[in-house]
Amino acid sequence: MYRYDEFDTDFVSARVEQFTDQVRRRLAGDLDEEQFKPLRLMNGVYLQLHAYMLRVAIPYGTLNGAQMRKLAYVARTYDRGYGHFTTRQNIQFNWPRLKDIPAILEELATVEMHAIQTSGNCIRNVTADHFSAAAADEILDPRPYAEILRQWSSLHPEFSFLPRKFKIAVTGAPHDRAAVQVHDIGLQAKRDADGNVGFTVFVGGGLGRTPMIARKVRDFLPEEDLLAYCEAILRVYNRYGRRDNKYKARIKILVHETGVETLKADIEREFEEIRHGVLRLPQDEIDRITDYFAAPPFDADADDGSLDRASAADPALAAFVERNLHAHKAPGYASVTISLKPIGKAPGDATADQMDAVAALAERYGHDEIRVSHEQNLVLPHVRKADVPAIFEGLKAAGLAEANAGLVTDIIACPGMDFCALATARSIPVAQRISERFGTPERQRDIGDLKIKISGCINACGHHHVGHIGILGVEKKGEEYYQITLGGSGDENSSIGEIIGRGFSYDDVVDAVETLVDTYIGLRETPQEDFLAAYRRVGDAPFKEALYGTA
Amino acid sequence: MKALTANRLIDGEVVWLGRSGQWVEMLQSAWGLETPEAEAEALAIGAQAVADRLLVDPYLIDLRRTEDGIEAVRFRERIRAKGPTTRPDLGKQARRETSAA
Repeated sequence: MYRYDEFDTDFVSARVEQFTDQVRRRLAGDLDEEQFKPLRLMNGVYLQLHAYMLRVAIPYGTLNGAQMRKLAYVARTYDRGYGHFTTRQNIQFNWPRLKDIPAILEELATVEMHAIQTSGNCIRNVTADHFSAAAADEILDPRPYAEILRQWSSLHPEFSFLPRKFKIAVTGAPHDRAAVQVHDIGLQAKRDADGNVGFTVFVGGGLGRTPMIARKVRDFLPEEDLLAYCEAILRVYNRYGRRDNKYKARIKILVHETGVETLKADIEREFEEIRHGVLRLPQDEIDRITDYFAAPPFDADADDGSLDRASAADPALAAFVERNLHAHKAPGYASVTISLKPIGKAPGDATADQMDAVAALAERYGHDEIRVSHEQNLVLPHVRKADVPAIFEGLKAAGLAEANAGLVTDIIACPGMDFCALATARSIPVAQRISERFGTPERQRDIGDLKIKISGCINACGHHHVGHIGILGVEKKGEEYYQITLGGSGDENSSIGEIIGRGFSYDDVVDAVETLVDTYIGLRETPQEDFLAAYRRVGDAPFKEALYGTA
Repeated sequence: MKALTANRLIDGEVVWLGRSGQWVEMLQSAWGLETPEAEAEALAIGAQAVADRLLVDPYLIDLRRTEDGIEAVRFRERIRAKGPTTRPDLGKQARRETSAA
């Protein structure tokens, strides 16, 4: 894992000190809300419906047991005993008091955590594949590059007042688990025929009220040019991105209004100016950062066949193995998805006790490493298959053993109107009701891979545009009203879902989802043809007919 | 009928302007504003509370009478008045009795 050097430690503690003073001045009346708001947002502090909310960064979704225990401690001591893991691999606390936030940040700094770049119009925390350094299909670990981008972007003076927020995601595998094509910059790390490392660069993706799939601007950017090229993109965006309308200020709008070819030419021109300057990445620095992320030593004969035997004797374990284990690059190892979607519970929530339990399992069985996925689950990336039965038992005791990774009940949902000041409808209870409707093990496994994503407003924090079934909650004549989209996807074949027709009330939306699922079951060619594949084959007509009739 | 609401600066708690000019933590104790004059008076008290560093961003909400008292017209404000609909153990709905700010 990345460890802070002296510079990082000083930077974070200086920020804690600075924000502590800003909170003190706010409470003393030296700063008014207009002056304080941008300062608190630079430190992850929002004011939501019921209370303040603190968003803590988990850079590229990687943390260790001590850090997870600290999050549990914060949840217990300063919040209401739980935290909410988000679609940007962060965690949010929903009930902190403003006066306590300096103390929370001081606690977090002791384990090299902070809330920097989790909010505001800056380059946000870089996200990455949650199976980094573990997945069997991975070409290279994207996190060293995410960390290099982090070092470049933290306090970057030129990019501290961008037109709008700016999100970068990196993957190092051909199967994109980081949704890079719906980010402002998406990077897909790969090697050329000679083994040189480079990146396919996508620009201008995003969800929100104007969803767009990113456009490819480079097929193979040499790794030494990573920062210079990103700086060139940011410069072009900073100069030409719209500042007159916050809803048109993301780089996707610039790409759309300017045209990708013109913008690409602007980026390349800027890049030519700076590519041979200080931003060229020296190989020894790449190597130095990469060393921090070295995979643990894997045991060559880790697979003793015991997991297969245990699974044969325990159907619940077998179901867990089938859904929640991901193929690892080292023989005898696997990555375990810890579902934060127990049937009927709020997606992404974990209690302090559950966080402690996951920390203990990671320390005992997982080389002290934990990941947060953008699908609001946790991952133990490196475990011996032989240890999976013991991990499964530990997860059962913690109430986290649901064998539903990638299934219909593994729902992404934003906090929605139960918590969020921007929301126009609730998301969490819709997710809970869908989860309960499809929650039996047989039914969800019969339905197979299906991504349902729910947002409680048009800002799309729940990624509904890229859900196989997307649900958007809006307010219509004072009532909650849910619009359904079909056919979205956030992987290497990204697509934006299409609105199927008129929306549904809060009471009716779960029945509508069930109608869609039943329609899919009825028309799939084989049980292996998943919902998205079937939808892409047949189009929306049968689904429309099932929902609205032929009239 | 309207009420004036805001979040308390120091801890974010949802409060309403109460009948005797203090800030209350439960909607049932809010001052129901029946006239434009009352609204103007409430807004002036709110502005003073902002200047006194007690509150953030006060605003008026619509209220209606119910059998048990009053409730906010907008669903969002009803959630603010009670707590998350998904967590009856959290927020004001979890309290046993009303308490003043």
